[in-house]
Amino acid sequence: MPNMNMLQAINQALDIAMAEDDKVLCFGEDVGSFGGVFRATSHLQEKYGHARCFNTPIVEQGIVGFANGLASQGSVPVAEIQFADYIFPAFDQLVNETAKFRYRSGDLFNVGGLTLRAPYGGGIAGGHYHSQSPEAYFAHTPGLKIVIPRNPYEAKGLLLASIRDPDPVLFFEPKRLYRASTGEVPEEDYQLPLGEAAVTREGSDVTLVGWGAQMEVIERAVELAEKDGISCEVIDLRTILPWDEDTIVDSVLKTGRLVVTHEAPRTGGFAGEIAATVQERCFLYLESPVMRVTGLDTPFPQTLEKEYLPDHLKIHEAIRASVNF
Amino acid sequence: MTTRPDSTTPPAPMSGTPEFLAGDEYQIPTWCVLGEDGRPLEGAQAPDIERDKARRIYEAMLATRVMDERMMAAQRQGRLSFYMQCTGEEAAVVGATAALDDADMIMAQYREQGALVYRGFSFDEFMNQMFGNELDYGKGRQMPVHYGSRKLHYMTISSPLGTQIPQATGYAYGQKLAGNGLCTLVFFGEGAASEGDFHAALNMAAVHEAPVIFFCRNNGYAISTPTVEQFAADGVAPRALGYRMHVIRIDGNDILAVYRATEEARRIAVEHNKPVLIEAMTYRLAAHSSSDDPSGYRSRKEEEAWREKDPILRMKRWLIERDWWSDDEENTRQDELRREVLETMKRAEKRPPSDLGTLVSDVYADVTPALQRQLDALTAHVRRYPDAYPRGASSLDPDVKNSADVTTDQGGA
Repeated sequence: MPNMNMLQAINQALDIAMAEDDKVLCFGEDVGSFGGVFRATSHLQEKYGHARCFNTPIVEQGIVGFANGLASQGSVPVAEIQFADYIFPAFDQLVNETAKFRYRSGDLFNVGGLTLRAPYGGGIAGGHYHSQSPEAYFAHTPGLKIVIPRNPYEAKGLLLASIRDPDPVLFFEPKRLYRASTGEVPEEDYQLPLGEAAVTREGSDVTLVGWGAQMEVIERAVELAEKDGISCEVIDLRTILPWDEDTIVDSVLKTGRLVVTHEAPRTGGFAGEIAATVQERCFLYLESPVMRVTGLDTPFPQTLEKEYLPDHLKIHEAIRASVNF
Repeated sequence: MTTRPDSTTPPAPMSGTPEFLAGDEYQIPTWCVLGEDGRPLEGAQAPDIERDKARRIYEAMLATRVMDERMMAAQRQGRLSFYMQCTGEEAAVVGATAALDDADMIMAQYREQGALVYRGFSFDEFMNQMFGNELDYGKGRQMPVHYGSRKLHYMTISSPLGTQIPQATGYAYGQKLAGNGLCTLVFFGEGAASEGDFHAALNMAAVHEAPVIFFCRNNGYAISTPTVEQFAADGVAPRALGYRMHVIRIDGNDILAVYRATEEARRIAVEHNKPVLIEAMTYRLAAHSSSDDPSGYRSRKEEEAWREKDPILRMKRWLIERDWWSDDEENTRQDELRREVLETMKRAEKRPPSDLGTLVSDVYADVTPALQRQLDALTAHVRRYPDAYPRGASSLDPDVKNSADVTTDQGGA
């Protein structure tokens, strides 16, 4: 099995999808001959032509509006927003249009073919506007699916599943891992299921839940905790919406403890939703309060990024606090 | 990165003097064919419309007017929660639709029911949507007048203004790639043209060469805001120049100008994959909606002046002149239409609403486990308090449902 980084895995998924189906189109700012600012769409224009892979003007609301129209027509648009921080001009198209297309028409029309890719997250010295994790804004919107991969293997399988899924998907890519995360990825076509979390490590004392780039951070924290003799169960949520409650609930029923971590600010972050659900469904099994390790309730900083981020040390502290409560 | 020699804007000629343009150098004329007396203007280029087509257009305009009058009255009687009239703009809407292929996609704003009437949406179908009953294709999920029809290639209406405009660009781009020779026409008002989505849509359509017709109904008002407070420029049409797009301004109350301009726009769009902007100058004779009272922002005198320019009256004069219509026929048809509207309304308002389960279906292609849990909890709650939720309770109790006056099914959407 070849070793590759996450960008190569994403590029391969797009290549497979475009080769398989003429209706698949890739477009966005600098996506064409340049192959995207991160090169996720490299060589796709050469292989599939300008009509199917192209640059758009700098207009996120237009990119998503255009993609909604294409998807409603029966095409399979895989549009790119260059940074998740710049998705907000398209908020109306996503929240009021993409998410409600099937529902409001009574299923006469849908935009299920739409996949919107966007690099998200910090750790690259990107400051306010190249670092944000906006998943929670969209998690408040029924009708959208939100998928975030943790490594190259997951990225390829989840992206192919997102492109073929009958519902519109926001696919947030952890840009810090684009080149940093490498691993074995099958050359062939495969899909990983949406809406299903993955237990990446089994344990008995405490459950850790995260997604995307946080999974690597969780692993480092777990290494420290295991040295303390704490057995950790780790879950990658993978799909933020609709999310897999059962896998997390089953785990917490077993461990009695839960730590949730994300880079986004704490207040209104998705960890709060998970904590609320877990206390509803696991109340009598909980040994300690559900802990959240998140970004601060501030704009994403620049020079103090390391201090802001929910790193392995902060997660390790939370694990200890949870176990010693 | 490879740079193609043709990939940047060609250089404009250099000038030695700092000359500003003021932005008002271009005034786009309004094209008109039919005089208010129903006679083509001297030397005007009239389209070639056959008798049957002309009558189909006129009857659609008439049916739209009658339905609008009746439904506004029904709203005033408290039978309907909300309504919006097309009144005064029937020529713009029906004329544009008539010039298309019936399989072209129409993406409308919300005031374009005339397009659906022309394509054969029945009064039953209109009423089912307005009363949100179990036969509504939209399953009672939207306010009245948010129609959609897949079989008639009419995209379901969305309330947010302007969102359909970039979608039309994308839809048309898909039609171009499919090579089916079809195009998309998108309706919007001059107010909605202030939204960012409008500019996004026109620029992308020009850049990506999409076969889309942007049809602006400049009806003078965005609820209460007159055009002079909407834009400083000469209307919406000049914006096309900034996008290097074909454009024409027409008298929107002149059925022949609307038809001929749209027919030509369609040819440009489909044969050359070029977008076209049409600005139809018209007037919203009715209020913005049933919730609006125009007496607070415009004069009776102004309204009366526009009533003289009624597009239905003008087309009727033209038809009668050619002996394709008569006053007797008009009276008979109006009576029939009024009766039909009342009958279908009575049928629709008696029908029960969609099942409780339609609250959670179509959010996703399949109902998620979490949504199923929410529906189960709600169902149990409604069963416990049926009197508090009569609509939901009736869908759970077959006896209540069967007592309604159920007539024939309306068939596919």
